[in-house]
Amino acid sequence: MPKSRTDRIFDTINNLLLFLLTLAFIYPLYFIVIASVSEPYAVATGKVFYLPEGLSWDAYKNVFENKQIWVGYRNTIFYTVLGTVYNLILTIPAAYTLSKRKLPGRTIIMTFFFITMYFGGGMIPAFLLRKSLNLINTPWVLIINSGVSCWNLIVTRQFFENNIPDDLYEAAEIDGASELGMFFRIALPLSGSILAVMTLFYAVGHWNSYYSALLYVNKQKYYPLQLVLRNILISNQNTMATIDTLSIDADALAVAAQRAYIAEAMKYAVIFIASAPLLIAYPFVQKYFVKGVMTGSIKG
Amino acid sequence: MIIPRKKNYKKAFRRYWQLYLMVLPAIIAVFIFHYIPIYGVQIAFRDYRPSKGIWGSAWVGLKYFIRFVNYPNFWRIIKNTLSITLYSLTTFPLAIILALMLNEVRNVKYKKFVQMVSYAPHFVSTVVVCSMVMLFTNYSNGLFNNIRAALGMDRIDIITNPDFFVPIHVWSGVWQGLGWGTIIYIAALSSISTEMIEAARIDGASRLQVIWYVNIPCILPTVVIMLILRMGNLLSVGFEKIFLLQNSLNISASRVISTYVYEVGIGGGQYSYSAAIGLFNNVISVIMVVFTNMIAKKISNVGLW
Repeated sequence: MPKSRTDRIFDTINNLLLFLLTLAFIYPLYFIVIASVSEPYAVATGKVFYLPEGLSWDAYKNVFENKQIWVGYRNTIFYTVLGTVYNLILTIPAAYTLSKRKLPGRTIIMTFFFITMYFGGGMIPAFLLRKSLNLINTPWVLIINSGVSCWNLIVTRQFFENNIPDDLYEAAEIDGASELGMFFRIALPLSGSILAVMTLFYAVGHWNSYYSALLYVNKQKYYPLQLVLRNILISNQNTMATIDTLSIDADALAVAAQRAYIAEAMKYAVIFIASAPLLIAYPFVQKYFVKGVMTGSIKG
Repeated sequence: MIIPRKKNYKKAFRRYWQLYLMVLPAIIAVFIFHYIPIYGVQIAFRDYRPSKGIWGSAWVGLKYFIRFVNYPNFWRIIKNTLSITLYSLTTFPLAIILALMLNEVRNVKYKKFVQMVSYAPHFVSTVVVCSMVMLFTNYSNGLFNNIRAALGMDRIDIITNPDFFVPIHVWSGVWQGLGWGTIIYIAALSSISTEMIEAARIDGASRLQVIWYVNIPCILPTVVIMLILRMGNLLSVGFEKIFLLQNSLNISASRVISTYVYEVGIGGGQYSYSAAIGLFNNVISVIMVVFTNMIAKKISNVGLW
């Protein structure tokens, strides 16, 4: 269809608005990056807006010297890898079973999982359970939990239902394959995309979570990255405020100020280091997860 | 209709035991970590003493619920919770609008690019989002105040001002979730038949008219479902973000049900009282979902069940 004049105006306005929105999405993240490599003083005095001002790696040096951050980083990688594997081992076979329409009791089992979306025991009973299982203050409390997100289970089940033709199963059954055999030889090899999506969803959850650690872990050596971040970024808000109260000579004040500026700049560097892995990874899996959310939503 | 008998189940089990085995670990894990805490919620009706355990503690009926309702700050907490969720409810249409806009983009590469960028904030953690809010709104050196200063405006203190708490919370959430929220609507929009849209165009409908009379009605069921789910959360503001943005100066606006549960439960060790508040919240949420679902079914014939 030929484009009319109003069409062109419509497209121009639409594209322009989307461009502005894109800027709004990306600018805060972009600012973090440029602020983290700028001269700390320039950031604090508001000279950095578009480009880094006077390249400086002080902030990153500070981050690399901070042991807590690396302990947190190591812990988070550990929790994310083990936790995601645990989630996948529980979710994928369960979703496969629930994708079998012929299975007696399928609805009952599905309802069993559905209920968890609406009812929960809440913070305190969950805490007491972990306490009675002796999981408090152990790294395992951050790995072993219910392990199945109902939403992810539905999406995966939907994938199996829609993407693996029944003929394949029937043929295999005639050849005498067992259900387990079919899962490993037919379903799994065809589900690379859903595995990628689930890995991403669960891994993002583990990487970004701080709630469980806040409630169940208070030994510093087990802190995940997010909890370390919270302590650095949010609990010590007053790095700048403390200088004003110091009545010391000018030189000492300058040194203290410089240190405070670096401490502020370090926050930008920490944010970058903590967020970069996911922000770099997600575009590669993007085409899968959009599809993943779509397969799940078709039923809704 | 076939009435299944015990024998049939036995037969089914013998035939499909491997399938049942595959779902068993998930059932066990969910049972332990989800159903046992639901059972443990009875401490809300008991005077829980750690030394006596759940079953040894005395029944006290509704004592803790009554205590919560009589708590002097009860209405303030409810009001804070509601003002956050109601304010964020007004941003509900934004994801739909963005999805409709993206749907109109003809240049596939540009569309993909905008989508990809809009998903990015979803992958940033809550801790980082809250830190960014605090860094940017810092009075003396934050980006926001630096921009204000550069434009010749006064610096303002944001994070310590109770009046700004709700907007800050909601709009940082919009930044984080808007792009991600469009996925489900884009999926719904992509299932509209192109013939229907072309037919409307041939009949002389403008682009805006197509959006209004074709696209929106077609995605309405999805919109209703999302709205019902949203209504269920009217009394449950996520704990994580509020807790991070909370400070002693904005507490009058930022103390909500979930942070109060944490305060008295984990902080104060009053397990029964805290569990009662949590249960109160959960029950109202479930009632809200059922209620909204009922209304939605009456009006639009769309519902969760």
